[in-house]
Amino acid sequence: MLHFTNALLIDPEGGEHLSSLTIQGDVITALGGDTPAGATVVDAGGHCLAPGIVDWGVKIGEPGERHRESFRSAGLAAAAGGVTTIIARPDTKPAIDTPETLEFVTRRAAESVVRIRHMAALTKHRDGQEMTEIGFLLDAGAVAFTDVYNVSTNTKALARAMTYARSLGALIVGHAQEPGLSAGAAATHGKFASLYGLPSVSPMAEKIGLDRDLGLVEMTGARYHVDQITVAASLPALERAKATLDVTAGVSIHHLTLNEYDVGDYRTFFKMTPPLRSEDDRLAMVQAVADGVIDVIASFHTPADEESKRLPFEEAASGAVGLQTLLPAALRLVHGGHLTLSQLFRALSFNPARRLGLPQGRMAVGAPADLVLFDPNAPFLLDRFKLESKSKNTPFDGTRMEGKVLATWVGGQKVYGS
Amino acid sequence: MTFRARHLLGIDHLAPAEITTVLDLADRYVDLNRRTVKSADVLAGMTQINMFFENSTRTQASFELAGKRLGADVMNMSVAQSSVKKGETLIDTALTLNAMRPDLLVVRHGSSGAVNLLASKVNCAVLNAGDGQHEHPTQALLDALTIRRAKGRLQRLTIAICGDIAHSRVARSNLILLGKMENRLRLIAPPTLMPPGVKDFGCELYDNMAEGLKGADVVMMLRLQKERMDGGFIPSEREYYHRFGLDAEKLSHAAPDAIVMHPGPMNRGVEIDGELADDINRSVIQEQVEMGVAVRMACMDLLARNLRAERGRAALGAMA
Repeated sequence: MLHFTNALLIDPEGGEHLSSLTIQGDVITALGGDTPAGATVVDAGGHCLAPGIVDWGVKIGEPGERHRESFRSAGLAAAAGGVTTIIARPDTKPAIDTPETLEFVTRRAAESVVRIRHMAALTKHRDGQEMTEIGFLLDAGAVAFTDVYNVSTNTKALARAMTYARSLGALIVGHAQEPGLSAGAAATHGKFASLYGLPSVSPMAEKIGLDRDLGLVEMTGARYHVDQITVAASLPALERAKATLDVTAGVSIHHLTLNEYDVGDYRTFFKMTPPLRSEDDRLAMVQAVADGVIDVIASFHTPADEESKRLPFEEAASGAVGLQTLLPAALRLVHGGHLTLSQLFRALSFNPARRLGLPQGRMAVGAPADLVLFDPNAPFLLDRFKLESKSKNTPFDGTRMEGKVLATWVGGQKVYGS
Repeated sequence: MTFRARHLLGIDHLAPAEITTVLDLADRYVDLNRRTVKSADVLAGMTQINMFFENSTRTQASFELAGKRLGADVMNMSVAQSSVKKGETLIDTALTLNAMRPDLLVVRHGSSGAVNLLASKVNCAVLNAGDGQHEHPTQALLDALTIRRAKGRLQRLTIAICGDIAHSRVARSNLILLGKMENRLRLIAPPTLMPPGVKDFGCELYDNMAEGLKGADVVMMLRLQKERMDGGFIPSEREYYHRFGLDAEKLSHAAPDAIVMHPGPMNRGVEIDGELADDINRSVIQEQVEMGVAVRMACMDLLARNLRAERGRAALGAMA
C-alpha cells in the first residue's frame, strides 16, 4: 500500500487540488484522507500527480526494425516520459494484419515496463484492398484498426471494411489526406517551402481526405477516430461531424508546438507526416484542443536511425521520437496559458483511454494505479543522446524545456524514478 | 571590400554589400578574360573539384574555365558514373573527397538543401552550382552583372521574370538578389507554374504577358523543362508559346530599351522566339554566358581569400 501526501492531484474530469492519494495493489483506493495503517508514505513535495499518459500511435520496430526501437527500449522511454500505456501502430514489417502477428507482438511486448496495447491493420498488408480478420483480431486484443499513413484509394473497399467493423463495434483510425495531392510532398504550401525549393502539399489535402472519411462514416455508421488534424481548414467539418457521428480526433504534439519555419536549414529531424504547418494552423490546433474539438494529444513516436535522417530533406525519413518529450513539450501549452493541467491530461490520458475502452486515464477510486509524478516547472536542456529510445531523432535536441518526470507507476509498481 | 561568406550556398546568405563586392571584382575579371593571355594566379596551388550529381555542360564548363584561368588545379567528377550508383551516400562521397583535401568544391545536386548538407561536413569552401529547386547563386550573380553593365545600375529597375517559376532555382536566386538590391519585380507565369505561397514574396503577379511586361526594363525568360510539358502543368507547347513565349509583339509592351535575358539552354519556339534571341540589340543572352565565367572567378577568388585567412588564423592559434 502506497500513500501519497502533499500531491497536486490532476483530475482530468475535475480540476487540480492539493491532496493525498492511496493505492493498494494495482488500483487507486482513496483520494484524500489520512495515511492508512501500514502504508508506505510518499511525500510528493507539492508536485503534480496525474493519471499516466496513454500515447496513441507509437511506432515500435518489432517486428522488422528492432535496431530502431524494441518493446524494451520503448518501454523505458515511455516510463521516463510519464507514458504508462502505449498504443502501438501496426505499420511494422510485416504489418500486424493477422491474429498470429498480433499474438507475436503481444508476447514480445511483455519486455516493456509499461502497458502496451496494439492496433491492427484495417486491410491486409495495409494496402487498402481487402479487410483483415477484424473479428479474430478483436478477440486477440486489437484496440483499434488502422492502415496508419497508407490512405486507401479504393473507397469501395474502405466502405466495406467500415461497414463490417461497425457490426463488431471496432474502432477505425483514419489518416486524413488526399494521397494524390500529397504525393511526394515534404513541406506545406507556403513561402517557406517555395523559398527552400521543397515539394509541398496544400493544407486542403487534409480537408479533402477528412471529408471523404466523414462521408464514409455517415454512410456506414462506423466508429471513427482521425489520427491527426493539423490544419484549420479541417476544423469546421470535424466540428459538424462530431455533433452527429461517432467521431473523435487527435493531433501530434509536434504540430502543437512547432511550425514550418522550424525546419530552418533543411533540418531533417523536423520532417514529419504530415509536414509541419503554418503558425496560424498551429495556433488553431492549440485552440481546438482547448475547445475540445480535438480530443487527443499524442507523440506519434516514430524512431528513425541516423542514416535515414542524414540525407537531403526530400529523401530523408519522416517522423520523430516523442515518448520521452511528449509531456515537457505539452507543458509548453500550460505554461503558455492555453490549457490547464487538467485539460491537458484530458487530452493525454483520459480521452484516449475512454475512446479505446481502457480503464486507464482517470483519477478516481477503482481506477488503475497508473500514475506520473512530475514537476511542471523544472527546467532542463534536452540532450538527444540521453534519451532512452534506441533512435535519437528528436526535434527538441538542445531545446530548453520545462517539466521533469520524477517517477512513474504502472499498476502500482514503480517503473521509473528514485 | 566586404565578403564574409565561407561558402556560397545561396543568395539568401549574402548582404547587399557582399553582392556588390562580387560584381565589382567580376568586372575586373571580364577585362582579364577579354585579353589574349587570360591567366591569373590567385588560385595557384589550390585544388578545385567540380562534383555534378546532375548533368550539366554549360555550368560545369564555366566553373572549369573559371578555375583554370585563376590557376587552380581543376578536377571534374561525373558523379552520375561513380560510386553514388553503388549506394554510397552523399555524405560518404563528401567525406571521401574531403579527405583528398580540395580547397574549393563546386556542387550541383537534384535535391533542395543537398549542398547545404554537404557543406556542413567538409572543411573546404563549397559553391552551390544548383540544388534542386532551391538556389543557383552564381546564375543570379551573373544575371545581376549583366543587368548592371547593360543598364548602368542595379537598383530601381522594373524586372519581369517569366515562365516556369515554380520549378526554377534560377528564379528563386534572382528573386532574392534583385529584391535585396531594391528593384521592382514582376512574375509572369501560368498559375500552375507559380510557386505556392508566391503572394507573400512581395512581387507583382501576372498571368498575362502584355500586362506584366508593360514598361519593364529587363525581361528574364526561364527555360520550360520538357518534363513540365508532359506533367500536366500546361496544356501544350504551342498554347504555351502563344500565351507566354516571348516574341517581338509581346516585347513591344516593355520599355523601348528593355533587355532580354535567358539562363540557357533555350527552347527556341517554346519560351522564346528564335530571331529575338539572336537580336543583338535586345538580347544579352551571350553576354550572360561571358559574365558567368567572370562572376565564378570572382566568387572563387573571394572564397579562397577567406579560406586562406581562416587557415592562417587557425595556424596562428595553434602556435599560440
